[in-house]
Amino acid sequence: MRRVAQPILAVILGLAAGLAVTWVAGENPWNVLKILGKGAFGSSYDVGMTLFYSTPLVFTGLSVAVAFQAGLFNIGAEGQLTLGALGAATIGAVWPGLWSPLAPVLAVMAAMLAGTLWGAIPGWLRARRGSHEVISTIMLNFIAAGLASYVALYVLKNPESQNPETRPIGAGFLIPQFGMFGGAPVSAALPLAILTAIAVWILMWRTVLGFEIRAVGQSESAARTAGIDPGKIRIIAMALAGGLAGLVGVGEVLGNAGKFRVGFSPEYGFMGIAVALLGRNQPAGVVAAALLFGALHKGTADLDLETEHVTREVSLVMQSLIILSVSADGIWTWLGRRRQGVGSLER
Amino acid sequence: MTACANPAVELRELSKQFGNVAANAGVNLRVEAGTIHGVIGENGAGKSTAMKLLYGMLRPDAGGILIGGRKCVWASPADAIAMGIGMVHQHFMLADPYSALDNILLGAEPIRRGMIDRQTARARLSALASQYGLPVDWDRPVEELPVGVQQRIAILKLLYRDASILILDEPTAVLTPQETNGLFENLKKLRAEGKTILLVTHKLKDVMSFTDRVTVFRAGKVTGEVETSQTSPQELANLMVGRKVVLGIQVRPARPSAEPAIEVARLSLTGAGGSRHRLMDVNISVKLGEIVGIAGVEGNGQSELLRAILHPRDSRCRTSGTVRLLGQDVTGLAARKIRELGVAVIPEDRLREGLLLDRPVSENFLLGLHRGHAFDRWGLLDAKKLAKAATLALREYDVRPPELALPAGRLSGGNQQKLIVAREFQRQPRVLIAAQPTRGVDVGAIEFIHSRIVRARDEGAGVLLISAELDEILALSDRILVMFEGRIVAEFARGQVTERELGLKMGGA
Repeated sequence: MRRVAQPILAVILGLAAGLAVTWVAGENPWNVLKILGKGAFGSSYDVGMTLFYSTPLVFTGLSVAVAFQAGLFNIGAEGQLTLGALGAATIGAVWPGLWSPLAPVLAVMAAMLAGTLWGAIPGWLRARRGSHEVISTIMLNFIAAGLASYVALYVLKNPESQNPETRPIGAGFLIPQFGMFGGAPVSAALPLAILTAIAVWILMWRTVLGFEIRAVGQSESAARTAGIDPGKIRIIAMALAGGLAGLVGVGEVLGNAGKFRVGFSPEYGFMGIAVALLGRNQPAGVVAAALLFGALHKGTADLDLETEHVTREVSLVMQSLIILSVSADGIWTWLGRRRQGVGSLER
Repeated sequence: MTACANPAVELRELSKQFGNVAANAGVNLRVEAGTIHGVIGENGAGKSTAMKLLYGMLRPDAGGILIGGRKCVWASPADAIAMGIGMVHQHFMLADPYSALDNILLGAEPIRRGMIDRQTARARLSALASQYGLPVDWDRPVEELPVGVQQRIAILKLLYRDASILILDEPTAVLTPQETNGLFENLKKLRAEGKTILLVTHKLKDVMSFTDRVTVFRAGKVTGEVETSQTSPQELANLMVGRKVVLGIQVRPARPSAEPAIEVARLSLTGAGGSRHRLMDVNISVKLGEIVGIAGVEGNGQSELLRAILHPRDSRCRTSGTVRLLGQDVTGLAARKIRELGVAVIPEDRLREGLLLDRPVSENFLLGLHRGHAFDRWGLLDAKKLAKAATLALREYDVRPPELALPAGRLSGGNQQKLIVAREFQRQPRVLIAAQPTRGVDVGAIEFIHSRIVRARDEGAGVLLISAELDEILALSDRILVMFEGRIVAEFARGQVTERELGLKMGGA
């Protein structure tokens, strides 16, 4: 019960606090809420955009969650998704003549592979060299951004554009978009995200490998005594996390832009941390949290235009407040204690 | 405490509920001033809860605490400390790099002109130490002092705070027999000075030799309060368990085969600093069908020995020497391969090394059996088969409650250990390494675990038993090795050594 109730309460608390902020800023919070709702779900186009923003968040949320189950903090989803998108765009730009359905399948694999590589590096560094993954993934984010810019500007530059982006990918690479969302770029990446969430659930909760990952995350020493190699598991978990983040490239490159655009991600990677936290590192929770944050991202976009005193940055305030209240575990323990009396369960 | 008719400590109908478990249900306890009072019971019987209530770490749901006849309500341990109650925890909770003096002052520093007034404190402490006969080297870092002295410091810390009621939680768990005797001599001196001592322990022997009265806990209730001189270990054990138990099993001598189970040769582990040896040239051989016991005070290399056998490839566990299991050189093998040879391990620290505390019992049963066993179907876990096997094993090994979904951390210590034994014995072990297999385990479970270890031996397994409990070593081992400062310093055959001799060897004599 508490596993579900707590995040929902946190969301309500965070939204309320966020609206209170808009009220202090001089807006009518009820009005702000209406704009939010309309912006996110007002028309089929709005719903589509909400889904479009949610899709990458499912991938990055799963990425952070899988790493977390192994006891690792993946701050590097941003870099991993950048390389994933670059990988998909590269294969599409280099062999534009490839035909469907082989072409998109190859591109999806390229996106995953590039992300996997970018995740495995900090995993290996942690397991074999002892460098903390938080530091190394942050550093690798910068390297990924630099690498992607270099490729987009010098190697695969789009000759027909002033923007920093690669040449367009071949038409055979494009994946179908859903028509019912009034032109919003909701592509086959959305069902792929749902399927991926299911696959991650099976992996984590129904397979030997998933059990080993969770065992290492729970207690490295107990896992080691049981014959599990925690280093190997950490590398695998980070590689998996990277691959999941890399899949963000599918929706962006194959389902939306048709090329790699520098800076396409409004920090999906970092939002993924919030998504995983709110979703309690469970695939179903991640999907729900991704939808919520996608809706927030879309809904707050209209605040710039339709209100006088607040901008879309209020979405960041709300996200932060939601995360603060969900991660303030102390509050929940404290509330629990008042009911049960002080002390732990230990007898 | 002034002499008066009121008992020093009285707990009246004390109750404490955790969820739907009654940790204490109407506990009554009277401790007369100036006595040593034993508090015994199985794990989870509620003795620790009662002590935590008395010390202010928990608040009771019902009932009252009377100190010297005055009703007291604590908001925190600070209130209890102010009323003269002190507690020595099992792990002394000292700041290791600090000197003995600073450890005692920590939290109650005498301040003069904004500085810690160590001089005055030292004078007062020296007086205290000689009054109670507890000599301590004040200036050495605590980590360099023997465990017995660390315990002395923990006791002095209470005396420095004017405690008149001392609660000692399992104080003899880490001591040699000689140190234990020393401790109890000191406690007698404290008693003579009018201090009241509550001795929380699971060791019947300690209770029998050193207490005036005993209170027995079982299932959250007090099942008996007796004069020590009027009772026997057998009666106490029966009160603790609630049925008749067999104390000290009779073990038939082994019939070891000629085949080797464990052969460790010139095993060494050099410390992180490069100078301090954690294992020094250790040679051990265990044949199939025999139990070899490693006696020693904790921290003399036993943990390192276990890790070196299990992870010989890891340079943090072994720097030189070879490990052979069942005749095969395993020095270069990964831990998984070693386990797959048929090696069962009861790890020393079950909470850290044996269990996933937040995960359900079923997953804990699976840990280590998850790959290549019956539950692994091409990488997918067979949950049904697992549930079936786990249910059977829980029943056979009497793990209570037998609930697969319960997090392992919610089981009592004895049941956690039985769960580990159940799991490890699924392997049909040919080699069994059991480290402190009955630590913190109740009398009933000890009996059970011991009989299982002997049965494994009789079925042909080679057993390496690492234990700080001399009784256990003496009862089970066919051969006894003594470990001191990373070396094997003595070897005895079954029945050829007394507890006293063994204790002296353990102390490095």
